[in-house]
Amino acid sequence: MQLYLPIAEVSINAFLLLGLGGIVGFMSGMFGVGGGFIITPLLFFIGIPPAVAVATGANQVVASSISGVLAQLKRKAVDFRMGLVLLVGGMFGSAIGIWVFARLSVLGQVDLFVQLAYVFFLGLVGALMLQESLRSLRRSKKPGQPVKRSHVHTWVHRLPFKVKFRASGLYISVIPPMMVGGLVGFLAAIMGVGGGFIMVPAMIYLLGMPTKVVIGTSLFQIIFVTAFTTVMHAVTSQTVDMVLALLLIVGGVIGAQIGARLGVRLKAEQLRILLALLVLAVSGKIALDLLLTPTEFYSITPGTLP
Amino acid sequence: MIRLLALLLLVLAPLAARAQDESIVLGLSQTSVAITADFTGSEILIYGAVKREAPQPEGGPLQVIVTVEGPPTPVVVRRKERRLGIWINRDKVRINHAPSFYAVATTGPLEAILSETDNLRYQISVPRAIRAVGISAQAEESPSFVEALQRIREQEGRYHLDEGTVAFTEDTLFRTDVRLPSNLVEGNYRVRVFLTRDGRVVDSLEGGIGVQKAGIERFIYALAQEQPLIYGLLSLVMAVVAGWGASAAFRMIR
Repeated sequence: MQLYLPIAEVSINAFLLLGLGGIVGFMSGMFGVGGGFIITPLLFFIGIPPAVAVATGANQVVASSISGVLAQLKRKAVDFRMGLVLLVGGMFGSAIGIWVFARLSVLGQVDLFVQLAYVFFLGLVGALMLQESLRSLRRSKKPGQPVKRSHVHTWVHRLPFKVKFRASGLYISVIPPMMVGGLVGFLAAIMGVGGGFIMVPAMIYLLGMPTKVVIGTSLFQIIFVTAFTTVMHAVTSQTVDMVLALLLIVGGVIGAQIGARLGVRLKAEQLRILLALLVLAVSGKIALDLLLTPTEFYSITPGTLP
Repeated sequence: MIRLLALLLLVLAPLAARAQDESIVLGLSQTSVAITADFTGSEILIYGAVKREAPQPEGGPLQVIVTVEGPPTPVVVRRKERRLGIWINRDKVRINHAPSFYAVATTGPLEAILSETDNLRYQISVPRAIRAVGISAQAEESPSFVEALQRIREQEGRYHLDEGTVAFTEDTLFRTDVRLPSNLVEGNYRVRVFLTRDGRVVDSLEGGIGVQKAGIERFIYALAQEQPLIYGLLSLVMAVVAGWGASAAFRMIR
């Protein structure tokens, strides 16, 4: 069934969009990532103009994250206090990111910068996660090995402003989570994504949060970041397509519920390996696009009168 | 059919303004296209006749060229180049006037029925419809950027040349179907009909088709343009309700 999208100004099969939304929602519920880094390239691929894809993708991520958070909430797997601290940092980071993005647009080559950021951060995060989860999976198979301590005390634990994060079982300073939030907000604004794929490993490895609360907390924070992005895009460039978003959302919320339920059955290490492989696949695809000789050397973008 | 056309000709006769030996009378199956939610493209029937005040003059056979042009916009064409192993955008050329849609339908091979002088004068063929002025200073090999624009838009179905698709009966009645794709841009589409003999344009006539979004499409588009903050917040509300609704629905099922 073909449907004409009023803002994107193209006619696309409605079931294709429902399916895309479903896939992304599934991953969102399972891994706790918003799915922005998957949905945006997929929308480009089916012919949605890039600006509309980025803005509408953000709107879709709001819905799938809410659906995911509600599913996690029932398992008491959301650390609201941690989420709020991350969010405060995230807003600062995002404001700086939007400013840097505007500066880069003036200089040109913003597309290249975004692509390189994708390759670098997705590649780095994916590789680190894969290595770590494979190691812990191997360790868990060999009995008799010394049990790893839940978290190691480092300089992070000597900083002031300590707060109890009960859901995470942590008693740490608010400075590291705020800095993590800030970094993620900054990257999210530049790369046009919610930032879950950076947030999740940062919470596990930098803050030492238990995996079971990481997903819910990450989703909780992503809701606000992407809600902010959606309204910003709607106001500044009128590129949010409500019809496109609705189709992606309907597919996405259903996918998120299924993903969240399936995620419970998998082991934390398996979950992390899957997410790492997914992140590496996207990174590799973008890297290939930059390295391989393109079939079409020219591209057209709408221009403005001088 | 012929009788119906004849009747239409009587109605449309005033359209043929110029009094000369051979002039065109033009009709369109519709003068407006509404883009609704189920819009997948549209086919416009363009028909008409040649009106003669005097017997047919000497010379080669009469030929018909029909063009449909969508609203033109400026575009930037960029070319990728390899730098440090990766492909990045390097040179760019701004083209001031590129139609968003352009179709040419003819009774025969365009080069045979239209002289280069008249093509230049009336800007009929696809490369002529793209007006790229002052591009040579912007990049080396600047004409290749215009060729690329034409090639990419042809692949997208935005530009096409359909030779021999105008049916021309008894040197008098002509008709052709022009297919408008689904990725249409709103605006006024200019329809031109040229009558040529021995490569020279004998007469030409212009008409227009208005393309506009309709119904819910129009409402959403207008809201996004005129009340962006409300639109943005509304999109959020929709996302929140959908997200919560799905969660609640799944709880009910269990």
